[in-house]
Amino acid sequence: MSDKATRDSFGEVIKQLGSEFKNIVVLDADLSVSTKSVTFAKAFPDRFFQMGIAEQNMIGTAAGLSFTGFVPFACSFGAFLAGRYETIRVSVGYSKANVKLVGTHSGLGIGDDGYTQMGLEDLNVLRSIPGMTLLNPADDVTTRAAVRWAATNEGPVYLRLTRQKLPALHKSESDFKVGKGIVLKEGKGLALFGTASTVVECLKASEALQDKTPWVVDFHTIKPIDRELIKRVASNSKVIITVEDHQVIGGLGTAVAEVLAEEGCSSKLIRLGVQDCYGESGDPKALYDKYGFSAKAVVEKANHALKNIL
Amino acid sequence: MSSNTSTLENLKSIAKECRIDILNMLEKAASGHPGGSLSAIDIIVALFFSEMKMDPKNPFWEDRDRFILSKGHGVPALYAVLSQKGVIPKEELSTLRQINSRIQGHPDRAMLPFVEASTGSLGQGLSIAQGIAMGLKLQKKEQKVFCLLGDGETQEGQIWETAMSAPKFKLNNLIVFLDNNNGQIDGHVEEVMDLNPIAEKWRAFNWAVQEIDGHNFEEILGALAKAKQEKEKPSFIWAKTVKGKGVSFMENNIGWHGVAPNKEQLEKAINEIRGAKS
Ligand SMILES: Cc1ncc(C[n+]2csc(CCOP(=O)(O)OP(=O)(O)O)c2C)c(N)n1
Repeated sequence: MSDKATRDSFGEVIKQLGSEFKNIVVLDADLSVSTKSVTFAKAFPDRFFQMGIAEQNMIGTAAGLSFTGFVPFACSFGAFLAGRYETIRVSVGYSKANVKLVGTHSGLGIGDDGYTQMGLEDLNVLRSIPGMTLLNPADDVTTRAAVRWAATNEGPVYLRLTRQKLPALHKSESDFKVGKGIVLKEGKGLALFGTASTVVECLKASEALQDKTPWVVDFHTIKPIDRELIKRVASNSKVIITVEDHQVIGGLGTAVAEVLAEEGCSSKLIRLGVQDCYGESGDPKALYDKYGFSAKAVVEKANHALKNIL
Repeated sequence: MSSNTSTLENLKSIAKECRIDILNMLEKAASGHPGGSLSAIDIIVALFFSEMKMDPKNPFWEDRDRFILSKGHGVPALYAVLSQKGVIPKEELSTLRQINSRIQGHPDRAMLPFVEASTGSLGQGLSIAQGIAMGLKLQKKEQKVFCLLGDGETQEGQIWETAMSAPKFKLNNLIVFLDNNNGQIDGHVEEVMDLNPIAEKWRAFNWAVQEIDGHNFEEILGALAKAKQEKEKPSFIWAKTVKGKGVSFMENNIGWHGVAPNKEQLEKAINEIRGAKS
């Protein structure tokens, strides 16, 4: 399997689902070429709505479409969807609208375009919406499963996708169960939790940290978070490191922190990600290093933490 | 129209240099937005070299006029102008979109002088421009606020909220240009979400509307002179432009919205710009 951007997986699978389910409709706000909803637009022009650069109108319209029995996928960059928070809060969340928000261009991983185009607070703001499921898949197979799940289950979903290519990590769509982290390596002492583009960073780091026998877990679902798995990992781990291409406030790290505190777990938690600051333009790899959540950064943090604890 | 021929010739030659700087920057960065930078450059050149009160050495001079690039992705055009003005060292332009650079992919107000607003999320700049215009009025200042909008950008609802509010606040110190190049990402503006009738809409919202060729300096300066005569209304200058203007293979080609030229294309484009009669 060659590397693939999860937005490309979305583009392929939404088209397949479009022929399976006649009630799927897709909306986009002048980014269909970038979000890949263009594949659906070409195949089903009658069920595709080009809304222009008007995300708020798109999201409200999606809510209305859902009230007539359709399953709308509303697509744009995650930054621009999450930016319409209040519309999502009332027209989608409170209204229990069966709307699927598809936010691509997540995180520093988009590189050159810089901060305004990066979805860096999307998980944070949307996590606060009651009843919204947040999916942040790490590869092609799990993205396909996530889109299918969203299409066939009632309720608002935020699906967060990457512009950059990611390697294949999982074998089959059945590995993906909403709300259940996927254990890639069972471990003891140390745990590395990744989500989307950072799962592969965790895996790479785990190789350099082999003697520390780390867990590696893919948390593709940020909400509802897999409480049982976190408890299980914490029961034998001194240090847990969460790694995410998102602000450390309000994403995976925060969700894990809440569980650890509420369950009285004693593991030390280190949250890697964007440390409450703004992103910038640059090469994605260099940005992951600079902002401290590349595999290299994970290894350094892990070694440092374990040394100070033992 | 009082602008003399030497002013016009001078603006044309600066705009040529800026076009070349824009393309050089984008080629080096290997990403960015040529189409909308080239459609906007003549207006920005006219503003910075013939209209706006500013002191390159004193960027935070209180009495400066303000320019807000609401369509932030067109920022290579602003960088090129700021470089020609001596605000950004020419060498620094080649750091566009690189890590640790001030020359961000979209304008960052905190990093560079004369970048009066951080834009790049479309639809926000006009409200900011309005706020600045209101602040200046409150302070009884005479300066003007200029704002450049993309046509696709005006599909954002926030734009129409300002369209409604600026006349209420009698912001005759707010002068807005619409860069009407009729292109956006998913296609031509008319297909994606038609804006017509443009002049009627803004007039109905109580703006002083003028229609010009956005690549004709005489018309740009003429419209500015007229806009400054307005006693109450904010001005909306509807500039008809060509996306990718100045480079034949980019002109009116949607494909050049957000793709950088390679070395060969850059060379071809520069030759064409240099060879063009001014
Ligand atoms: C809120 C928001 N939505 C979407 C985008 C993505 N985007 C960047 S440029 C662009 C098209 C802009 O078209 P227009 O305003 O006409 O600019 P121009 O053609 O002059 O480049 C879009 C949709 C964005 N930057 N901001």
